[in-house]
Amino acid sequence: MFLMLIRRIFLGMATIGLVSVIIFSGVELLPGDACTQFLAEDQADREMLAQCREDLDLNRPALDRFSEWSGNAILGDFGVAADGITKISTIVGDRLKNSLLLAFCSLVVGVPIALFLGVISGLWRDRLPDLFASTLAIFAMTVPEFVSATLLILVFSIWLEWLPGIVLTSAGAPASEFFPEILLPVVVLSLVMCAHILRMVRSSVIEVLASDYVQMATLKGVPYWQMVFRHALPNALLPAINVVALTIAWLLGGVVVIEVVFNYPGLGRLMIDSISDRNLPVVQSIALIVASVYVCVNLAADLLTMVANPKLRTIYSRS
Amino acid sequence: MVTVTINSYKTNNRAIMVILDVLSRPSGAVGLFLVLLHLILAIISPYITPFDYKLQNSSLMLTPPDALHLLGSDHLGRDIFSRTLMGGREALAVTGIATPIAVAWGGFIGILFGLVGGRVDEVLMRVVDAFLSLPWILKMLVLIVTFGTGMEVLIPTLAFFYGIPVIRVARAATHDVIARDFIWAAKARGHSRISIIRSELLPNVLDTLMVEGAMRWSWMLLAFSSLSFLGFGVSPPNPDWGLMISDARGFMSFAPWGVIGPVIALSSLIIGINLTADALAKSLGIDRAQKAPV
Repeated sequence: MFLMLIRRIFLGMATIGLVSVIIFSGVELLPGDACTQFLAEDQADREMLAQCREDLDLNRPALDRFSEWSGNAILGDFGVAADGITKISTIVGDRLKNSLLLAFCSLVVGVPIALFLGVISGLWRDRLPDLFASTLAIFAMTVPEFVSATLLILVFSIWLEWLPGIVLTSAGAPASEFFPEILLPVVVLSLVMCAHILRMVRSSVIEVLASDYVQMATLKGVPYWQMVFRHALPNALLPAINVVALTIAWLLGGVVVIEVVFNYPGLGRLMIDSISDRNLPVVQSIALIVASVYVCVNLAADLLTMVANPKLRTIYSRS
Repeated sequence: MVTVTINSYKTNNRAIMVILDVLSRPSGAVGLFLVLLHLILAIISPYITPFDYKLQNSSLMLTPPDALHLLGSDHLGRDIFSRTLMGGREALAVTGIATPIAVAWGGFIGILFGLVGGRVDEVLMRVVDAFLSLPWILKMLVLIVTFGTGMEVLIPTLAFFYGIPVIRVARAATHDVIARDFIWAAKARGHSRISIIRSELLPNVLDTLMVEGAMRWSWMLLAFSSLSFLGFGVSPPNPDWGLMISDARGFMSFAPWGVIGPVIALSSLIIGINLTADALAKSLGIDRAQKAPV
């Protein structure tokens, strides 16, 4: 068990290392560098370009710079943005905080609803509650986020005028100032997230209900609800841990479109702005942060599942 | 020779049976209908649009729907109905080409490394993990901003990045069959790896790959329309649903009809593909809800 834990953590770290290599070499391989972008290639003269490269230390060999960059990144220092002045950690810090706030609210709203509906539709498979929830899930999952967001803005902030449709709070503001502006983005994100978790939970409930030990319990004469709560659900909900983990990673890195629609000052919008401005140092840092979150969250979910499920524990330690 | 004819007859028969089975499910019938409708409309739309999609008319700016302009007109006075009809062409063309490429290369690499196994396989999986841990939009936008937004950039980019998760799926499906006796038998007969892949593994993994392909297609469409929405996909004045929604959003408080057409068109296509994929998965006996959304 202990050995396997170490192995898992090591593999996770190896993945993060690999990600940083991919990010760094990707940026190196693309035509142009931070200076040509910052100084708008055609207008800048050679001297300015050379001076800028000197300032940003771009003349040293790539391997040197990579080891320095990744070394500092581990310590939380991401260097300076393409303008050579702003510290990346301050820009990214506020945005990361806002993204975490958005992710946290969506999780708090979405996960309980998803688990509840998933269990309901699994228990009443192909009956009215299930058909209702599953159809809703297909819609929520497939309709593009910007479409559902646009429709919600149309209904709730333009026609009914209940909620603000756009976030006007600045990036550095404390969390409390984002209410009630944050509500509509949270609704959209919870909808999409709900759909994925619900479908997952539903199929795992159905699978567990068909398993031998649940049938055994039923045949033994265990009351239905006791069977559900004591025998079926603990096993059926285990796979949900992994889906929730993927959702957390997605909430931090993949919600660019939502943030743009609602003008929310999160990590995603910083990412797209930095890409448009070709502010490559910032892009590198965001990519590294998001990828690390992805790996860590997945690792945590795997370990949690193993701790909760003795069966998996033995399978993994044998292999 | 005889075996070949029997085989082709059988597969042919099975394909027809699967299609009939898909059609017999309500979700499959509705889904397939929506997808076919969109495909047909995309092909014939240039001949049936009532107005030129890029014809601007300043006297018609943001007029509400009437008998002549069924869905009203946009901020440049262009007919929204015509633009909605034409708006899926580029998306369908790009994703229609990129999806088979993605499934083909991802599937091949996944099956190959699943078969080879060992250290090489372990290293490849780390690389796949590393790629998957980066948000898709970041990977794609960096390439698009560097190389431009044309079809010739979008197709390879989508095909490359959406092939990576296919590797994982194909590899897992290969692992399910690799320990079976007929693979050992083929190895013992001295078949080469390529021949084992072609005649033993591929037929067994193909079902999974087909369902995977249908899912990838819908996700690719989502990605494509999101890119258009953000202004990195189709370039104006070409009509595209994502771009149209993004344009019309600014006038939504007093001209909400601008978003209705493209919203319905885009949603119905993606829902159609998903319903079809769902029915296909059930017909082929693959549980797709178990798969994590990557």
